[in-house]
Amino acid sequence: MVERAEAPPSATLARGGLIERFNALFLRSEALRGYSLLAPTLLVMAGAMCVPLGLTIAYSFWTQDYQTIDTTFTLENYRTAFERPIFETLMIRSLWISGATTFLTVMLAYPIAYYVAFQVKRHKLVWIILMTLPFWSSYLLRVFAWKLILGYDGVINSSLIWLGIIGEPLTFILYNPIAIVVTLTHAWAAFAILPIYVSLEKIDRSLLEAATDLGDGPVARFLRVTLPLSLPGVIAASLVIFIPTVGDFVTPTLVGGPDGIMIANFIQHQFGRSNNWPMGATLSISSMVLVTVISLAYVFVTRKLTERIA
Amino acid sequence: MTPSGYLQRPNRLLAVYAIGYLAFLYIPVLFLPLFSFNDSLFVAFPIEKFTLRWYGDMLNNAPMHAALWNSLKVGFTAATVSTIFGILGAKAVTRYRLPGQKPVIAAIMLPLVVPEIILGTSLLILVNNIGLGLSLISVTIGHILICVPFSMAVLMSRFEGFDKSMEEASADLGENAWWTFWRVTFPMVFPGVLSSMLLCFTISFDEFLMAFFLTGTEPTLPVFIYSQLRFPARLPGVLALGATILTVSFFVIALAEWIRRRGDQSGSAAGL
Repeated sequence: MVERAEAPPSATLARGGLIERFNALFLRSEALRGYSLLAPTLLVMAGAMCVPLGLTIAYSFWTQDYQTIDTTFTLENYRTAFERPIFETLMIRSLWISGATTFLTVMLAYPIAYYVAFQVKRHKLVWIILMTLPFWSSYLLRVFAWKLILGYDGVINSSLIWLGIIGEPLTFILYNPIAIVVTLTHAWAAFAILPIYVSLEKIDRSLLEAATDLGDGPVARFLRVTLPLSLPGVIAASLVIFIPTVGDFVTPTLVGGPDGIMIANFIQHQFGRSNNWPMGATLSISSMVLVTVISLAYVFVTRKLTERIA
Repeated sequence: MTPSGYLQRPNRLLAVYAIGYLAFLYIPVLFLPLFSFNDSLFVAFPIEKFTLRWYGDMLNNAPMHAALWNSLKVGFTAATVSTIFGILGAKAVTRYRLPGQKPVIAAIMLPLVVPEIILGTSLLILVNNIGLGLSLISVTIGHILICVPFSMAVLMSRFEGFDKSMEEASADLGENAWWTFWRVTFPMVFPGVLSSMLLCFTISFDEFLMAFFLTGTEPTLPVFIYSQLRFPARLPGVLALGATILTVSFFVIALAEWIRRRGDQSGSAAGL
């Protein structure tokens, strides 16, 4: 054991003073040593995340008074946010767009994750790296690429005109919520493939053999063994896509047009041009709470459904 | 794995789908490099003619160079600091039995599931209240926040992957904790450290949503690119720059992944 090797040579020494006592305790207590090693990391995460989030919550109960911030506690911002229809409209639209994106991304990613987990025998590492690479490339550039593709005189329109299939550029392909869903589905693809792949890879192959031996065909085997066992990956993928996409403002700005403005654009506006930070904080906190509740409900329902199938 | 060939008869349809899916992943991004060589202000077919003009222009673009330098500074600092925190954290949770370990790990991973706009605006409120103001430092702090979870994940799988008895042997042979770390632990986790550095650097280098709120007068490269998107005349320059960034970051990440996965047989690392 490492602890024993590092302990002071004799226990009598430790009885000497407080410092020695502390040292002895410190070296003997695994938890204490572990936590002191972890302390810097925890402190930084707390300082850079919990403190700012706490401040945001505080701001959401304050109000903007021209240039200064009035720090008397009030629910005014929350009332305004819920009374004005714009918050509701933008929130519903954001949830709808993110939900559709999540569904589409997971449905499209599942088969390829399945393929790599079960059918690729050689060069598996190459496949994994190929699937992972876009995950790390610039988000801004991936989104921007779709503006080039869907644009008024972009790749699709110009090639269709060049080929003589259409005479006028198609206007319905850019600057609407569908364009956002398409762009996000591409931008977040890798985030769905990886968790699903990992959960499929972990499945014990002998379970599949057992199901076959007991008379299940491929479809029944998939529905009763593979799918339920891969659900943790599906849930993880859904959350990893749903939560951040609700807070995206780049994609709606670049490809969404006026009908594609999402809640994050509105929040950004409060912190930018409107210069109403307390309102921005209120909107941030409200949407975060809403998204968390929806995510928890999703996890709960999916778990219950799995129990019923399995 | 058990031999179960009859379960896994090759499925042609699935193979075709997989290749189609990879095409869907890569082709949209490939339009950037393609049109960066096109001698026209517009991104449209047919391609006019081949040119290196836009790449040549990049060499004389001083604001772009400044933004690149800012991003390199932020990326390098964020990667180094996050990896140090990652090493400490990963060693703590893999080497010691800690009460309440699961919630602690969950808390560190939390930034992964909080929308970046909220992390960004919250930090904006913080730096304004403590009088730090917006600068490259505030951007770096934001990037450290989102890099530490990735660094922890990479390093945890690395620490789990190696034999603890090596460290114990070193201690038994009389090395103290400090030299045990440098002569045994560090060389063994080094591939993890290196890939953590590369991944964190890339995350920071590409990060836009938080940098947008936390940048002061000195923009990072993505913030600079975003500001250029408004001007149609600057589009080809953005394409050339984007193509360069994509090429370099694909190369760096492929290298990082190769180093990491070669060194770790467990396969559990595929998690991130």
